[in-house]
Amino acid sequence: MKVILEGSHAIAEAVRLSKPDVISAYPITPQTHIVERLAEMVADGDLDAEYICVESEFSALSACLGASAAGSRVYSATSSQGLLFMAEVCFNVAGMRQPIVMSIANRAISAPLSIWNDQQDSIALRDSGWIQVYAEDVQETFDLHLLAYRVAEDHRVLLPVFVCFDGYYISHTYEPVDILDIDEVNAFIPPYEPVNKLDASNPLSMGMYATPEYYMEFRYEIDKAMENAALVIKEAGSEFGKRFGRDYSKHVESYFLEDAEIALVAMGSVCGTIKDAIDLMRKDGKKVGLLKIRTFRPFPATEIKEALKDVTKVGVLEKNVSLGTRMKGAVGLEVKDAIGNSGIEVMSYVTGLGGRDIKIEDIIRMTESLENGIGDCFFGLREELL
Amino acid sequence: MADRSLELVDCGHRACGGCGPAFAARLILKGSGSNSIVCAATGCMEVFSTPYPQTAWKVPWIHSLFQNAAAVASGVESALKHQGRDEHVLCICGDGSTFDIGMLCISGAFERGHNITYICYDNEAYMNTGIQRSGATPFDANTTTSPVGKNSLGNSRPKKDLPRILAAHGAPYVATCSIAYPNDVIKKVERAVNTQGPCYIQIHTPCCTGWGYDGSRTIEMGKLAIETGLFVSFEMVNGKIEKVKKVKRKPVEEYLKEQKRFSHLFKPKPNLEEIAKIQAIADANAEIYGIDLKI
Amino acid sequence: MSLRVGCAAQPGQARSNKTGSWRVFCPAFDHDKCTSCGMCQLVCPEGCIEKDNEKFVPDYDFCKGCGICAHECPAEAITMETEEK
Repeated sequence: MKVILEGSHAIAEAVRLSKPDVISAYPITPQTHIVERLAEMVADGDLDAEYICVESEFSALSACLGASAAGSRVYSATSSQGLLFMAEVCFNVAGMRQPIVMSIANRAISAPLSIWNDQQDSIALRDSGWIQVYAEDVQETFDLHLLAYRVAEDHRVLLPVFVCFDGYYISHTYEPVDILDIDEVNAFIPPYEPVNKLDASNPLSMGMYATPEYYMEFRYEIDKAMENAALVIKEAGSEFGKRFGRDYSKHVESYFLEDAEIALVAMGSVCGTIKDAIDLMRKDGKKVGLLKIRTFRPFPATEIKEALKDVTKVGVLEKNVSLGTRMKGAVGLEVKDAIGNSGIEVMSYVTGLGGRDIKIEDIIRMTESLENGIGDCFFGLREELL
Repeated sequence: MADRSLELVDCGHRACGGCGPAFAARLILKGSGSNSIVCAATGCMEVFSTPYPQTAWKVPWIHSLFQNAAAVASGVESALKHQGRDEHVLCICGDGSTFDIGMLCISGAFERGHNITYICYDNEAYMNTGIQRSGATPFDANTTTSPVGKNSLGNSRPKKDLPRILAAHGAPYVATCSIAYPNDVIKKVERAVNTQGPCYIQIHTPCCTGWGYDGSRTIEMGKLAIETGLFVSFEMVNGKIEKVKKVKRKPVEEYLKEQKRFSHLFKPKPNLEEIAKIQAIADANAEIYGIDLKI
Repeated sequence: MSLRVGCAAQPGQARSNKTGSWRVFCPAFDHDKCTSCGMCQLVCPEGCIEKDNEKFVPDYDFCKGCGICAHECPAEAITMETEEK
C-alpha cells in the first residue's frame, strides 16, 4: 500500500511489521519520531510489544541484549552520541552473536555538538562486528529494516545489524513509500529461533570469559559470520526482489558506470544528489558514473573492484573523517584497498560534515578536482573562517 | 518453600578457599530455586565461575558487561513477560558493579519497577581486580587505591547507603544480610524473588584475600561485623524498616583488629582517635536501625 | 572440541577442574563426634560436602582445605591436618 510518510514513521511501520517482542529505546535527535510513533502504536494496541523507557542508550542496548538472549526479537534506534555511549555494548552484542536490529539516524559527533547529518557515528563502529547497510531514500530504509531481521536471525549469520540512514534527510523527509502488509512480511521473515537461549528448562551460561587459549577463535568465528552475511544478504535481497519487486541482491548499485571514465562513490541519501549531478555532467559530455555502496559491513570488496575496473579515476564522497590519516576518509581507504594495484586513482573527499548541505554544484566541482588530481582532503571548507 | 538441598552452583570453580561470595552464590540459589535466570556483572563471582567452557552455573546465566546487569535483567524480564514465562530474574553483582559503575542502570531498572531481584554480594572493594576501593569500602579500610601512607589512613569516606537509596526508588522489599547467618540469606532471597517489583538484597560477604584474615574465619568475620554494628542486617518493606537483627554489641576493635586492612589502626599502638570515629559509625547505625538488645 | 557460538556453555563443565589439588590443609571428619547437624554441608563455599548414611563426607576432588567446616562445626568433629601429597 503506497502512502506518503515521514521517514521516521515509515521505519516505525517496518518495525511494527517485524513484530519485535521488546522495544527498548532512548530518545535522541533525529531518531525521536521513530520511538515516539512506536510508543503510540503500543499505547493504542497496534503493536504488541513491551516498551521499555530506558534511562540511557547504554541501558537501551543492554536491555535489548537481555531480551534477545531470553529468546525475544527486539528493536532499538539511536544516533551519534547515543551510539557512542552504547559502543561498549555494541561490541558485546556482536561477540555474543545476538541478532539485534538497530536503526541509526546518522548524525555528526560532538565536539562540537551537532544534531545534523553525517555518517561519522556508524562509521566509527565499523570494527564492532555489526552488519552495516546504508539507505538512499525512505523506501530503501523501510525495506532494509525487514531485510535486516531476516539476515540477522539466519543461523549462518547471527550478527546484529545497523540500518543506517541520513538524519533529517531521510528521518524527517516525507516521501511516497510502499508499506507491505503483515502477511507479506510474515512470509519473508520467519519467527525468531535462537541458538542460545536463557531458559530454565535448558540452562546455559552465556557471555563467559575466554582465556588466551580461546579468545581469538571466537573473534574469527564472528568474521566468518560476516562472510556468511555477505551471501545471506544477497540471497534474502534476491528473494525480497522476487516477492516485492525491489531487488536487494547486490551490495552495490551502479548508475551510468558502464562507459564511465570517472566514478563517484558514496553511501546514503547523497547518492540522489550525485545522480542529478551526473545527469548534468553527462549532458556536458563528461563520462561520469556513480557507485552506490549499500552494504558497508561486510565490505563488498570484490563487487567494488568488479564495478570500477574500467574507470580511470574514483572519487569517494565521505561524510566522515578519519582524523590524522593521509587519505582522510574511512570509506575511500577501503575502496582503494579493494581496487588494489590497478593504476586506478582513488581519492577521498570529506564533505557534508555536521549537516553541511551538498549541492549539485559541489559535486560537479568535486569531480573537477578529481580530474585535476586534487583530493584526499576536506572539500567545501569556508576558507574565510580559517 | 526454598529447597535447602539444592546445589545449583557446581564444584570446580576457582574462588579462593574460604570465599564469602562463593558461599553466597550457593545460598542465593537455594533461596531462588532452579526456575531462575541469573544476570551477572563482571567481578569475582563471574570470573571464578565461568572461564570458557568450565561454567559452575546450573541455572541459565548471562554476563554482559561490568555495569549493565540491571539493564540486561530489565530486558530479560520484559521478554519473559511478553512470552508468558515465570522464571525468577536475578542480578548477582559485586559491590563495585552495584555501588559505582552500575548506578545508572540500577536506578533506571528500579525506577521503572521491573520484576527483578538485584542481589549485591558486598565484599567491600573491587576484589577481582586486586582490592581497589569502591563506594562500599568502609571508612579507614586499606585498599590499593585508598592506601595507608604518610598522608593517609586509608579510605576517607563512609560506606554508601545503597539499601535506603533503592528503597527510596519505591522498591517494595529491600534487605541486608550476611553469610554469617546462612538461613537468613536463603529466607530473604526467597522472599525477594516472590515479591512483585524490583527488590534489592545486599549480602555481606567477607573476603579473606582482600580483608586479610585466614579463610577458615569467613563466617566468624561476618558475625563480628554484625555484632559490632558495622554491618546491619535488616528488612525494609515499602520503605519502612522492619525486622532488624538485634545484637549484644561488641566494641569495633574486636572486628577491626582481626583484619590486615585495618592493621594500620593498631600499629605501632592503637590509634584511639580513628577507632573512635569508626565506633561512632557503629553507634549511629545502632541508633538508626535500633540494633541494640535491651536487656 | 568446537566452540559454542557466542561463548556459551552447558552446565557441568566446571567439574573437570579438580580444585582438590589446591589443598595445603585437609579436613579430617570424626564421624563418632558428628551429630549430623548438617552445618558443614551448608557452609562449605564449594558445596562439596555430601551426606553419606547420616554422616557427612567432603568430596576430596574439590575440597580446597579452607577450614570453614572445621571452624564452624558445633561438635568440633572436624580437624584440619596437613595435606599428605
